[in-house]
This record gives sequence, C-alpha cells and structure tokens, in this order.
Amino acid sequence: MVFKMLDGNEAAVEAMKLARVQVISAYPITPQSSISEKLSDLVAAGELKAEYVRVESEHTALSVATTAGLTGVRAATATASNGLALMHEILSMTSGNRVPIVMPVVNRGVAAPWTLWCEHGDAMAQRDMGWLQFYCQNVQEVLDLTLLAYRVAEDERVLTPAMVCLDGFFLSHSMQKTQVPEQRLVDDFIGPYIRKNTYIDPDDPMFCCDLTGSDEFTEMRYQQKYAMDNSIDVIEEIENEFEIRFGRKLHIVEGYKTEDADVVLVALGSMCGTAKYVVDKMRQEGKKVGLAKVTVFRPFPVKQLKEVLKGKKVIGVFDRSAGLGGQGGPVWSETSALMMNENCDIRNYVGGLGGRDVTIDNIEKIYNELLEIKEGKRTVHTEWIDLKENPMELRQVTKNV
Amino acid sequence: MQKQQEKHSKELKKCRVLGPVATIFASSTTGSWRLERPVIDYEKCIKCGTCERFCPTNVIDVYKDRAECVVINYDYCKGCGICVNECPSKCMKMIPERGEE
Repeated sequence: MVFKMLDGNEAAVEAMKLARVQVISAYPITPQSSISEKLSDLVAAGELKAEYVRVESEHTALSVATTAGLTGVRAATATASNGLALMHEILSMTSGNRVPIVMPVVNRGVAAPWTLWCEHGDAMAQRDMGWLQFYCQNVQEVLDLTLLAYRVAEDERVLTPAMVCLDGFFLSHSMQKTQVPEQRLVDDFIGPYIRKNTYIDPDDPMFCCDLTGSDEFTEMRYQQKYAMDNSIDVIEEIENEFEIRFGRKLHIVEGYKTEDADVVLVALGSMCGTAKYVVDKMRQEGKKVGLAKVTVFRPFPVKQLKEVLKGKKVIGVFDRSAGLGGQGGPVWSETSALMMNENCDIRNYVGGLGGRDVTIDNIEKIYNELLEIKEGKRTVHTEWIDLKENPMELRQVTKNV
Repeated sequence: MQKQQEKHSKELKKCRVLGPVATIFASSTTGSWRLERPVIDYEKCIKCGTCERFCPTNVIDVYKDRAECVVINYDYCKGCGICVNECPSKCMKMIPERGEE
C-alpha cells in the first residue's frame, strides 16, 4: 500500500483504474471534467486497457455504458449536476435492466440559478431511480466506497447500479493524503467482470428490454425492490471483507460520539468532517452533541440509523438540498418516517446550497438550537440555517429603458 | 446431423434472469388490425380486376376461371375499404368483424 496526494476526482479515477474498467463513455462537465480527462489520458498512454467512446452528451454517455455493460464488460461513466439530470431517463434503463455500473457523481447544484458548486440536489433528484447511493466524507472514502460499490453492485443478490457521490470542489478538487491499495489486492477483491443476468451476444441472442405489459411490470419492479432490500446486508458483509483486506473500516451509518449525546445531527457528505470537528469542540465546552453520518442513502439504512438514533429526544437533520415543496429536505423526510413511532422531535435544516460553505459556526448554531429545544428554552428553529437577511431584496433591475 | 442437433438441444439450459427480456419471438399479422372486412357478391362481380389493382397491400387476387373469382388474403387485409370504394359494379361491401351491430 502506498500513500498518494489525490483530489477526489483522481481518487475516483484511481479506483476505476484499479477495477480495470473496459469501456468508458464519459462527457466532461464541471466539476467532474478531470475524471473524464484523466481516464482518457490513461487510455491514451496505454496504462488502462479500455475502449474510450467519445460521446456528445450525458444521455449518450450512460446509454453507451449501459449497453456496453449488457455485452458483458465492466463499463464506466461519471457525471455531475445538469449532466446527471440529462441522464435521468437512462438511469432507469440501467437499473431496470440490472446493469451494475458504478458511477461517480460529483455533486453540484442543478440550474437555474446557474451554479458550478456543491450541493446534493442533483443526486437527491435521482434518489428513486433504482440506483444505490453512497455519499463520501473525504477523498479516502471516494476511493474506498468506489471499490466497495463494484463488489456490491455486481453481487448476484444485488445487480443494481451505484452512484458514488462526492461533493463538488470540496472533495473533487481538494488534495488529501490517500492510501492506494496495490493492484493485486484489488484484483483479489473485485475480480474480473462476469455477466450474471441478461446479455447482448450475437452467439447467444436474446431480446433485452422488450415492452412489458401490466401483467409483469409490477413483478419486475418488485425484483428491484427485493435487490434494494437485500443490498444493505450485502454492503455490511462486503464492508467487513473490505476491512479485513484493506484495514479500513467503512460504515453504512457512522455514529460519532452519539452514545451519550443529548442531541444528534444527521448529515451526509463532506460536511460530516466539519461536523465531527464541531462535536469535539463543543464537547470540550461540556455540551454533549453527536453526529450520525449517513454514507448509504439508497437503500435507506433503516436498521443502522435507527440503532444510532435510538432513545434520542431531539434530532436535527441537515439537508444540502432545498427539497422544494416538501415538508423538509429528503434526508429529513426519510429520518422522520424512520422515527415516526418514537417519541422524538426531529428538526429540518437546509444549507450549504450552490457551494456555500457549511461552516463551523453554522453547525455550532444548529447544535445550540437543538440543545435549547431539548432544554425547553426554544420552540422554533432556523430552517434555512445560512440564509442571508434580505433574500427577497437581492436584485433590482431597471425596466423599460 | 441428427446427433449434432440433439447435442445442441441438450446443452441448452434454463437460467433465471431478472428484468425485461423476451423469451418468445412472435409477430402478429396485420390482418389483426381489421375492424371491417370486404365481402363480394359473386353474382354481380364482372371480374374486371379493379380491386386487385387498387389494393394498397396487394392481398387481392382475381381468378377469371373460378366461380368465386376474387380471393382476399385476410391474414394481411387491414380492412381499409379502398376495394369497395373503387369497385365499378358495386358488388363489394364492408361488414363488421365482430358480428352484426
């Protein structure tokens, strides 16, 4: 094992290279571009024996990867933001045809307003498309969860594609010291791609993805639900194997100092690093706060999160997506449904949109609000935690000039 | 040859697969689209062959030496009614496919 200085995108590329992907069809989009570029460099230099297909859009990128996967090769693509939105239709083709593609998604807000920067709104909009979703806290997790995702997605009990979500710029473009396993160890862990379900092969023809009537559609959807339900145990099993092979423990849900905590914050992605720092800082001041870091959002980790939140009376949930028109953000909705029979107060917080930093101050503010709610000193909370004071007065334009 | 075929069919195995895949390859004929069919009054027919020439799907044959001289292939006749419209002796008509209404 060696240490390298990698940014999140390089770690994703490193993992895809170690998994020996055979067909790549990626379309560059900020902040994913360096994944597309680095993969093409590797193919051009002969360091990665793969077919690199240059495509004209993300819609085609995933179409090519999905059908290449059906021929029986490990196919790869990656995207972000509006690119993921353009893939929307094909996401369901990939999952419905049970093609286990692993796709890094570099989280960036979906326009408009045009943004290049981080939030989870792009991936959250695709949360019900039948893909597994992993959210990374740091660059090491990008590499580790991508490797893990190959094993889980391609497992016969799962056969479901996976998104490995990494926060745009905060992870994709920040360099961190990363432990990179040897090729030999990864070969033993992942192995060559084996087609396990339907396939496209002129020597053994079958017609994939034909029109399915109402007499069978429900059952095929159920097959996907069944796989989703199975996958959480498969993830747990393979995380244990990962720890034995590579010496790093991965969590479906990580409870950070939650056991004796008075209040707990549920969060995803890179902000969990900041939140852990805040937990340590506040505990030095004698405030018992904890963090539930959700790494696997699809399937939603019912058992694992319930275990971490057991007995907590006041819980905050931080959504890095607006959840427009909902009662709260998507993570809050899921958490509320999870805890509906428990006697607890679950507060929804929205912040960190369009690249706004999730700061130490803001997380501290959330924890202090939650503690005040617990002590009965406060009833309302600040839903949009980092909103400026004058949101409705942001612009003035001169009309009819 | 027989042996080869037997060997091949013995090697086929049933595998459980998930998701959409067709296992039966079939196409239905265009005659199944028909709501009405053309019928001929052979007493009035003058065997001119107009229906045969106008049929857009080329499913009508006229045999001048037969009593039932107009033969329509109902497997592919879509029931468009052009033959009935064009017939100069008005010996053809359209009748509903699903019984009299």
